[in-house]
Parts: sequence; C-alpha cells; structure tokens
Amino acid sequence: MSVVDHPVPAGSRPAATDVGQPSDEASLPRTMVPSRPGARPPMQRRQISGVRREDVLAFAGAAASALATTALLWTQLAPFTGVFGYIVVSWLLFVLIYALLVAFDSSRPTVRDRIASAIVHSLAFVVLVALVLVVVYTVIKGWDALGHVNFYTQDMHSTTPRDPLTKGGVLYAMVGTLIEVGIAMAVAVPLGLLAAVFLNEVPGRLNRLVRTVVDAMTALPDIVAGLFIYATLILIFHLQLSGLAAACALAVTVVSIICRAAYVVLRLVPGGLTEASYALGSGHWRTVWHVTLPTARSGLATAVILGAARAIGETSPVLLTAGATFYFNFNPVNGPMMSLPLAAYTLVANPEPNYIARGFGSAVVLLLLVLVLFGIARMIGGQGAGQLTSRQLRRLMAASRRDMARYNPQAIASHNVAQASGTRATDYGGAGG
Amino acid sequence: MRTGVPSVAQSRAGAVPRKLTTRLSASDRAFRSVARAGGIVVLVLLGLVGSFLFYRASQALHKAGWSFLTTQAWNPNGGGFGIAAVIVGTILIALVAVVVAVPLSLGTSLYISEYAPRSIQRFLVSIVDLMAAVPSVVFGLWGAFLVQWHIVSLSRWIHDWLGWIPLFKVDGVTSHDPQPTATAYTSSTFIAGIVVALMITPIASSIMREAFSQAPPGEREGAYALGATRWGMIRVVVLPFGAGAMIGGTMLGLGRALGETIAVVMIISPVFVIQPHLLQHGTSSISALIALQYLEATPFAVSALMAAGLALFGLTLVVNIIAAVIVSRSRSGAVSEA
Repeated sequence: MSVVDHPVPAGSRPAATDVGQPSDEASLPRTMVPSRPGARPPMQRRQISGVRREDVLAFAGAAASALATTALLWTQLAPFTGVFGYIVVSWLLFVLIYALLVAFDSSRPTVRDRIASAIVHSLAFVVLVALVLVVVYTVIKGWDALGHVNFYTQDMHSTTPRDPLTKGGVLYAMVGTLIEVGIAMAVAVPLGLLAAVFLNEVPGRLNRLVRTVVDAMTALPDIVAGLFIYATLILIFHLQLSGLAAACALAVTVVSIICRAAYVVLRLVPGGLTEASYALGSGHWRTVWHVTLPTARSGLATAVILGAARAIGETSPVLLTAGATFYFNFNPVNGPMMSLPLAAYTLVANPEPNYIARGFGSAVVLLLLVLVLFGIARMIGGQGAGQLTSRQLRRLMAASRRDMARYNPQAIASHNVAQASGTRATDYGGAGG
Repeated sequence: MRTGVPSVAQSRAGAVPRKLTTRLSASDRAFRSVARAGGIVVLVLLGLVGSFLFYRASQALHKAGWSFLTTQAWNPNGGGFGIAAVIVGTILIALVAVVVAVPLSLGTSLYISEYAPRSIQRFLVSIVDLMAAVPSVVFGLWGAFLVQWHIVSLSRWIHDWLGWIPLFKVDGVTSHDPQPTATAYTSSTFIAGIVVALMITPIASSIMREAFSQAPPGEREGAYALGATRWGMIRVVVLPFGAGAMIGGTMLGLGRALGETIAVVMIISPVFVIQPHLLQHGTSSISALIALQYLEATPFAVSALMAAGLALFGLTLVVNIIAAVIVSRSRSGAVSEA
C-alpha cells in the first residue's frame, strides 16, 4: 500500500536528520500517508474474453431482422427470386444491422472489430461449405452407382447406355489408375528424390542449373506435359495410346513437384546433426544415408505421398495419352487404358443418367483414394525433420544403450552405478546408428 | 627466462596457410556421381520437355509470324491461327478466379490463424490442405452439374442491374428480360472463374496462413496492450507482416488458375473470338483449346497447339517466378511448394 501511494523516488526522501533525533512532532515536517475519501473497493479482474449477453442479443437480433426483412423483400415488395440472392441479401442486411446494434453501446473501433469478425467468419464458412458441398454432392450423385457390387467388380464393355446400374462397373479404371500411377511413381520417386539429394548435397554450377530448371518446370501446366508426351512418344515414336504413355506424362508432371518438395524438406534438416556426423569422422555418403535421410524421412514420405495424390487426380495428361476404353486392360504397353479421373470425365459426357451416376461414382472412388493417401501423409508427416515421437525416441535410446554396452561394458556398469548414486556418468553416446 | 607472447610479425614470418585438401573415399565418390547422375537425368528430362516444346512451337510460330498473337480464329490446317482469343479467355478466367479467391482465402487464413479456437486449428489446416488435394475433375463435375445452375441466377441479376458496364454485357439478351433463355448465361467466363477460384483458394490460403501465424507475438501483445481490438491488432500487425505472402500466394494461385484444364473444359463452351463479356455463354482458354483439339490435329496443328502451350507455359512461368520471389522475400526460410 505504502509503496503504491508514495510515488516518491528514493533519492528525494525527506532529510534523514529528522529521523535520528527526537524532536517536536508538531513543528517539524514529516511524511504522512494521505487519506483518501472512501477506501477503494477490491479490484475485480476484467473479463477480456468470453461472450457477453449483449453480444448474443445483438447477433441474434441482427440475424432475425435480416432474415425477416429479406423475406419481406422477396415475397411482398420486390420481384426478386432465387435462394442464392436471398442468402446474399440477407447476409448484407445482417452485417448492416449488426453494426448498427453494436454501435448503440460501443465505440467505433469495437464496431469495426465486430464487422471484420463477422466478415472473416462468413468467408471461412463459405469455403468450408464449398468443400463440404463438393464432397457431399459428388457422393449423393454417385450414390446410386456406388450401392451395387458390380460397380466394383466389372468393366463397361458390355454395358450399353440404357443398361441399369446393376450392370457394368469401374474396376477396370481402378486397375488402370493403379498401373499408371504405379509406373509413374516408380520413375518419378527415385528420380525426384535423387535429384533433391543432389540439389542439397553437391554444390556447384550444375546444381544451380538443375534447381532453376526444376523450379521452372513446376510451373509447367499439366496439359502441356501431356501434349509433350503425345507429340513425342505417340506421334514420333508411334507408341499406341496406352497406359505407359499416360504413366510417362504423369511422371513428367510429378517429378518436378516431388523433387521440389523433397528438396525443401531436406533443407530443413538441422545443420548441427550433419556436422556432428562429419565431426565423428563419417564421410559424405555415410552422413547422407545415416543422418540426413533418416532425419527427413517423414517429410520425404509426405512429399512422395502428396505427389502420388496429385498423380492420381491428374486428368489432363491422361486425357491426351491414355485413350478412353471400356475394356479391362492389364497391359500398359498395348492398347488404351482407362483411369478413374478419365472415367469420370468421359462417363459424364454421356447424357444418359446412368452413365452420369457411374461417372460420379468413379469420382467418389477417386476422392476416397486421394483421401486415404492424404490421411497417410498427415499421419507420417506430422512432425518436422528431427522431431521424434516418444516411441521413436525410446527406440533410439535403447539402440544407443546397446551400442554403449558393445563398445564398453564397464562404462555401462559404471553408468548404472553412477545413476544409482545420483551423479552423472560420462556419456558414451552411440555414434553408429 | 620468461614466457612471452610472440609478436604477430614473428609468427607470421614465413608461415603459409595450411592447405586443406579432402580426398573423397570411393563410396563418397560413387555417391556423388550417382547423385549427380540423378540431377542430370532430371535436368535432361525437364530440359527436353522445354526445348522440344520450343522446337515444335517454333515451326508453327515461324509460319504464323506475328499474326499468331493477333489472330483470333484457330484453323491451323488452312487459314490463320492465333492465340488472341484463347489467351484473353485464359487471362479473364484466371482474373475472375483471383478476384473471387482473394477475399475467400484471406478470410479463411485469417480465421484459421486469428479467430479459430486453438483446438480445431490443426483440423482446419488439414481441411484446407485436403481441399487442395481434391482432383480437378471432381471440381469440374461439381461446377458443371451443380454450381452452374445456381450461378446463372446471380449472373442474370448482375446483368440486370449492372449490365450497363461493358464487362457485364450479354449480347442478345436485354436487361430485365422477363423470359430470358437460361442458356444465355451458362458456360461463361464467370462460372468457370468461380469454380477455378475454389480450386486456388486453398493454395493461396495456406501460404497466407503460414505467414500470418508467424507474425511476431511481441508486436501482437504490444497492440493489445495499447488497447487495440482484435481487428485493430490484425490491421496494424498481422496484415502488414503478411503483405508479401498475401501477394505471393495470390500470384501462385493465379499461376495455377492459368494452367487449369479439366474443370474449365467441363464448364465452358469454346468460341474463338475475343469474348470480353464475362457473363455471356461461351469463352475459351489455352488449356481447353489443347484438350479439345489435339485428337483431330495434323502434325502441323500439333505444332500450333505446342505454340499455344508454350505461350501458356511462358505466362505461368513468369507469374510463378514473381510469386516465388515475393514469397521468399516476405519471410526467410523455405519457399513453399507450388
């Protein structure tokens, strides 16, 4: 209390002469605690978050009023129609009325804050709704086709446009997708990762050139990659429209993406780790193999899986190079091969509702595939480079302890003794791995 | 006798810096050559794509000359061909997409980084990333079968009230036409742009969110301490900090929008005249041109398509380079993948 109420700097205290000697209390000046009229009530903590009653009332009132006004406009006053316009107009009215209501009891910065908050929330909501709509609408339209077992077990070669949904399926497109993406990834993943390691580990003029070209080629539109394969393999080398050509087109599309993503991940490996490895005497190759790559493992896996998801979803390169068919084809070098995105694209081009349902059905299967891959990528790529889960950490510690026992059995004994007595033993961390 | 510190002159006399040499072991040499080979293969592969594109395109360009940039029609087998119409269509679709996507992605990224409860932040980030992974054919289906018919009423409304702006004019339909033909507004630049906008929103939004969430906490707290509201804090701290990423993310989205194929093909109906009327039926884009024309193309027509593809590639390349420069300047560290 006294500290707060005497904002007098220490140096300017009244002279100490008064304190030492006994003197007349009435005549000499002395410090006094100033009395205040009425004690201050106990301080209450200000609530800075949470919802006040006024906020809820203003929100609900504005919403109700906006909806009612728009309904009045739509049904009675103006010749407006359409659900979409109704939503837009009531939203605008809502923001206006909400601002007005808040302005009754708040300052102008608060009003602005509330308007901005309303706008940001609505925009995020719109994006979320759009995503949900994309997924839900596709599932609903494809539901009829998805409900039949034959959709997953047959191809379409004997299915005429008027056949019911109990005939014909898209298994051939699933197989085609797996074959094409498998070949494409078999080419693109080693190449992309190797090039990323090269970009990260071997400096030089060539390095800069490769990096520039890889960066530039990530801008290559996928249709142009497809056109390239079409113009070379098919028109010049007279390869058929086939799964192999489609796989090449996909590989060209994703190799730069995988390389770029893997390079970014490798660059995040802490320099301390690699330098520690060099300091322990391991060479370049050992450092890359035992330190850099394992540290970046989860990030690299994410890069590869997201590349695969991209390759599965690509339609335009496949459109130019694979050729549409309604038959099973397990041979990638001979004859056209269907894939899921291409199936969706070609099936909905037919006006028959059953074909459209099958097209949406294959889009759902495609979406599921991408979702699964994405989920796996999320699970693996949860941590950054060098961060370990507790299980990985335990395993690493166990390995380290085994190494220690192997190198120096006495050390581990003394380590245990030291731990028991509460002091710290010399740390013989395993340098191997 | 006493120990002395040797003077600098003494120690430097005759001292030559030790030469450091590294002799690589056999395994290291092998590793380097394998890595280099990988780099070279990728370089050759991608270089081949680029140079072949140049080579084939140059055949068509040589024949067409400068008229390639000014001709609107596309008849490579006889008569002229040029990209004037398709490139205008491409750019208009991409611009509509960006105009719609920027507020959406800004709102989403601000919501995720500033407004959303901490517990669902990670979930929302996953959702947005997942949206980026949705195949474009799915967006195309959605746009062609669902959105198109709902946007038509919006198109009509814009045309009715803002039709006097040349951009929103629709030939053949007067404003407030009581019985307009519904197809007058379908397959337009506007609808294609909106669908593409939803495809590029997650890309732009994830770059913006990353920058916003890195805004220095000290400055945030400072703004709050000075009595700022949340929006006040965002306006003076978060937005200026993320300005570079906002522009860069938008440009990356633009690059993606320019190259988008399937969703656009499924929505538009191609016309080969410059179509500046956003709401009117029919437009075109370079990627749609390639996807629709390659099958009937003679070898020379393929060259012409290659030239169009090259123009598109050049456009996206420039946009991506500018985006990469802006994004990497706006924050130190890794440039996000496109």
